[in-house]
Parts: sequence; C-alpha cells; structure tokens
Amino acid sequence: MTVAALQRPPKVTRQASAEGVRLSLSGDWTLVASQHLENEGRRIIDEARRDRMVAIDLSAVSQLDTAGAWLINRARHDLARRDIAVALEHVRPEYSTLLEETHYRAFEPPSRPRFNLVVALLSDLGESAVDALREFYRGVSFLGEFMASMIYVATHPQRFRFTSLVAQIELIGFRSVPIIVLINVLVGGIVAQQGIFQLLKFGASSYTVSLIGILVLRELGVLLTSIMIAGRSGSAITAELGSMKMREEIDALLVMGLSPIEVLIAPRVLGLIISLPILTFIADMAALFGGMVVSWWYGGISPVAFASLLKDAIALHTFMVGIIKAPFMALVIGLIASMDGLATQGSAESLGRQVTSSVVKSIFMVIVMDGLFAVFFASIDY
Amino acid sequence: MTNSSTTLNGAPQPRPNRDIIISVRDLVVGFGDKTIMKGLNLDVYRGEVLGFVGGSGQGKSVLTRAILGLVPTRGGSIRIFGQDRDALGPIERRALEQRWGVLFQNGALFSGLTVKQNIQMPMRETRELSQHLMDELAMLKLELVGLGSDAADKFPSELSGGMVKRAALARALALDPELVFLDEPTSGLDPISAAEFDELIGTLQQTLGLTVFMVTHDLDSLYSICDRVAALAEGRVIASGPLETLLASDHPWLRAYFHGVRGGRLSAARVEQKDEEWKPAPTTP
Repeated sequence: MTVAALQRPPKVTRQASAEGVRLSLSGDWTLVASQHLENEGRRIIDEARRDRMVAIDLSAVSQLDTAGAWLINRARHDLARRDIAVALEHVRPEYSTLLEETHYRAFEPPSRPRFNLVVALLSDLGESAVDALREFYRGVSFLGEFMASMIYVATHPQRFRFTSLVAQIELIGFRSVPIIVLINVLVGGIVAQQGIFQLLKFGASSYTVSLIGILVLRELGVLLTSIMIAGRSGSAITAELGSMKMREEIDALLVMGLSPIEVLIAPRVLGLIISLPILTFIADMAALFGGMVVSWWYGGISPVAFASLLKDAIALHTFMVGIIKAPFMALVIGLIASMDGLATQGSAESLGRQVTSSVVKSIFMVIVMDGLFAVFFASIDY
Repeated sequence: MTNSSTTLNGAPQPRPNRDIIISVRDLVVGFGDKTIMKGLNLDVYRGEVLGFVGGSGQGKSVLTRAILGLVPTRGGSIRIFGQDRDALGPIERRALEQRWGVLFQNGALFSGLTVKQNIQMPMRETRELSQHLMDELAMLKLELVGLGSDAADKFPSELSGGMVKRAALARALALDPELVFLDEPTSGLDPISAAEFDELIGTLQQTLGLTVFMVTHDLDSLYSICDRVAALAEGRVIASGPLETLLASDHPWLRAYFHGVRGGRLSAARVEQKDEEWKPAPTTP
C-alpha cells in the first residue's frame, strides 16, 4: 500500500507555546504508512530538539498501533536523554495501555563474534578437510552396517520385506524404463552419426559399428543409466528418508526396536542393485537400436550388415564389463542417498541441501567408480 | 432458546450496535463427493474473542481455511471487513490479507529463517521500513509475546513447542492486524503454558484492540478468554453466543461436549469457584 493511498497520513504539527513547544500528532500512526510513519517519528525529535519543554498532544491521532506507539515512545526517550521535559497530553484510554506496553527499552544487538579473515579461511579449510574425511568414515561405517544387516537378513529370510522390495523395484526399475530407453536411443544415434561423419574422412565408416558396440556396452549404457537413476531415484530416496527423519518417523522405528537400515534402506538399496543391471541391459539394447537406425538411415549400413559387423566387433565380455559395473553403481547411489537422507536436520532448507548433495555426490562417485573399473579391467586385460 | 443473539440452525440475528468483521452466509464447502459445510452462517463482531468449537473432523480447520481463501468454496458468501471476498481483485485481496494475521496450528514458521527474520518477513515484503526499526519492532513483538531476545536469532527447529507458538503469534501480529486467526493455539502446551498463552492472547487483544477468531478444543480457553462461542456440527453452526447460553443449550452434541466427562468436571469446578466468590467475606471480630 502506498502512502498516496493513505486516507489520514501521520503528521506532526508544531506550535510554539508559552512554556515551550507543543507538537500535535494527527492521522493514522500505523504501519500502513511505512516510511512516512518512520519519518514523522523522526520529526518529533527534530521539531522539539531546541526546546526545554515539549508537550505531545495525541488528541488528533485517529489510529495507533504498536509501531506508532513505539516510535512515539522512542522519541520521548531520545528527548528525555537530551534533558528535554516531555509530556503526553490527551491520551485516549485505549492508547494508554498500548503506550505502556510498548515503553522504550534498549534492545542489545546480538554481539557478533569478531574474526580474523585469515584465521577464518584456514579454519574453514581445515573444517572442510575434516568434514570430507568424516564423511568418508561415515560412508564406510554405513556400508558396514548395511552389510551386517544384509547378512542378518540372509540368515533370517523371514525378516526380509519382499513386498517393499518389489514396490521399490517397480518404482526404481520399471518406471524408469521409458526415460532410460529414450535417452539411450538418442545417445546411440548421436554416437553413430558422429562416428559415421568423422570416420568417413578415412573411409572407415564401417568401423562406426565397432565404435557404437564397444562404447555403448562397456561405458555409455551403464554410465547414463547410473547418472539417470542417481538423479531420479537417488534424490527420491534422500527426500523420502529426509522427510521421514524430519517427522520423527525414523525415531519411531528406532524406539520400536526396529532398524531403519533393515526396514527402510535394505529394500531400497537392494531394489537399486536388482534394477540397475536390468536397466543397463535395456539401455544397451536401446542405444544399439538407436545406433543401428542412424547407421542405416545416415550411413547406409543395413541392419543385417550392422548385426554382422557388431558380431565381429564385440564379445560377451564387452557386454559383461558394463553389466558387472551396474550393481556396484547401484550400491554407491543407494548408500549415498540413504546416508544423506538420514543426515537431514529439522528445516526444509536442510532437506533441499541434502537432496542436492546426494545427487551431486552420487553422480561424482559413479564417474569415479567407472574410472576405477576402467583401470581394473585394463590391468586384468578383460 | 430465547436469547436474541443465539439461534439454532439459523442466521444470527443482526446486532445493529456492533460492527461485523466477518460474515459468512450459506457457505458450502466440499471435497470430491463429500460436502463438509452445508449452508453455514457465522458472524464475528469487531473487538471480540470468538471461540470456535466442534468435533474432530467436523471441519473447523476447513472453515478457517475457507475464510482465509485456502480452500475453494462451492457456494455462499464470505464478507470480511465488509467486502465480499470472492468479488475482490488481486490487489484488493492482498490489501485485505495484510489486515489479518494467522497463527497456524503447528506454527508454520519458515524453517530456513530465524525467528526475527520470520517476524520481519511480512514487514519487509509489504512496508518500507529501515532495518533498524524493523529490528526494534521484531524485538518488541517478541517481548510482547513473552519470548526473550535470545530466541530472536534461533531457527524454528531449535525452539520448543510453546516457543514456536509464541514466535508464530509474534509473526501473525507483525503488521498489527485488526483480525487474528488462531488455530488451536494452546494444543500441545502444558496447562501452565496454555494458561499463560490464554492470558497473553487476552492482554494482546485488549492492548491492540484485536478481533480474535480462535479454533480451540481447550475448554479452559473458552471459559477464560472467549467473549462468544460458536459450535460447529453437522456442517453448520448449531449455536453461537456467550458460553453460558451454550452451556444451557440442550442440543445433544453440546451437552456431550460441555457436560461430558471432561467438560462436566471443568464446568462443575467453575461453578464451585463462582459459588465461593459469592460467599460473603468472613467477618472479623
């Protein structure tokens, strides 16, 4: 609401009288006047500064709220500090309680701890290093807890929540199929197009099929699937566990003597471990299909030729390299997502931060893992 | 029922000498194929504390949310400050919304902001004030609701249940509204805190000249601070008026509510207290 829309803006009118000065306040001394109110509050002091005696007349004040009363009281206090006698006149009874309740008091601004920039920088650096190590330690201990509960479940299969596992496989695996197929068809097609286009310069466009086959089966299929699942399901797991933590549902499980890892996390992580290889297989097929279509349409390689070239280019182990990686990626995504979910604090902001951190960390770890596997497979010559 | 201000199943009688601040007529609200409000009528007068009671799941919160415009209505009209809420344009709606304050049942403080920032939020967004004045006003509001300055820089997750209610009340009062909605303000508080909170609402209501619309289950609050009580059942306001007239009503639900195991004990205690007050003071020789 603007000041122009005010019907009765707050106003201070000065009249010199025999004893000193008389300030008549009029209009609505309410927050609606915003800045105008604050300025008029300041004007009380400005107008009365030079006098010994001030009478503030409230008879024409049509409305008063806490902000207005506070400003009047603050002005009175400021004037009194300058040894100016202030008297309030014609205070309506309903305003006197308000003026009493909002009597002036000094609010101590919270003491800001002073800090040295260099020290702060170094301590931040140290803190983040320690945090990173602690995070790693927590990750390893969480992995241990998860493994222990897996072993417990393996020896007590009746304790395992199969319904929940199936529900998670549906959510994580089945419902991701369309998006996984879509992006992999596109990426397969793009790799094929680029392969044909670039290799044509050497007259080696038929090698495109080897390129697609090896790249997709060894790396792209599993990598794209893992990244997609980290973004899609990892974030969902973190958000779900995080809001359960905020609503004390995790605490409720704990005091019932149930382990959140066994009840909530095991089905989710196992669901991921089962879903991801299947999704990777689907992703591989989709990417090969995309590559085949583009090779045919853009490179003139017929599907029959594509199939026979592919058969020469790849072996079972090419396919297995990708599939073997999938459950490990799933484990990493699941553990990071669950850990971050359980680390959520009380606020909505914290939940958002945890979800972001979970997705960023899982994608980063998926790529790191992929690098480690590449080194490993190269060194065992697989 | 002979009292003119209390009627059963009908529109409240107009009281010409008092200003009506909220007027709900023939309100119909429903979700899916379930109708919750079936032609509800309710008046709230300026400067009163209206206690609103009703069984769990009867739609007390739905009515509050319907008045606030958070729930779509299917029929009827809601007039607030004499304006038909549904006829207002977006700018008038915003101006209207700045004239009321709402205390949600669980506080609904913004979890990413400190208590002080929560209170300053409405001031910052709708008024142009210096940071210094906003700080002072926020601290003043905190003190008015009985929170110390050490709570100002805390985040809502660091507060206890009672402190959350107080902080949320301070935020509801940030713009010095004329009308305050309180949704179960004393639920989840211990009897001492609840009594303090009642007293606080009473004091603030008198100091600031507020009109208070209070949804409550707390019979103590009804006895101690409400000027008038309205009871909701079967999708209608079945009775409204001073507590005494509701206590005297023979509507089965009202009888069960006020004269049941808990309500009965409390009203009996209140009556005893009153009797004692009536006793003449012992004469000293």
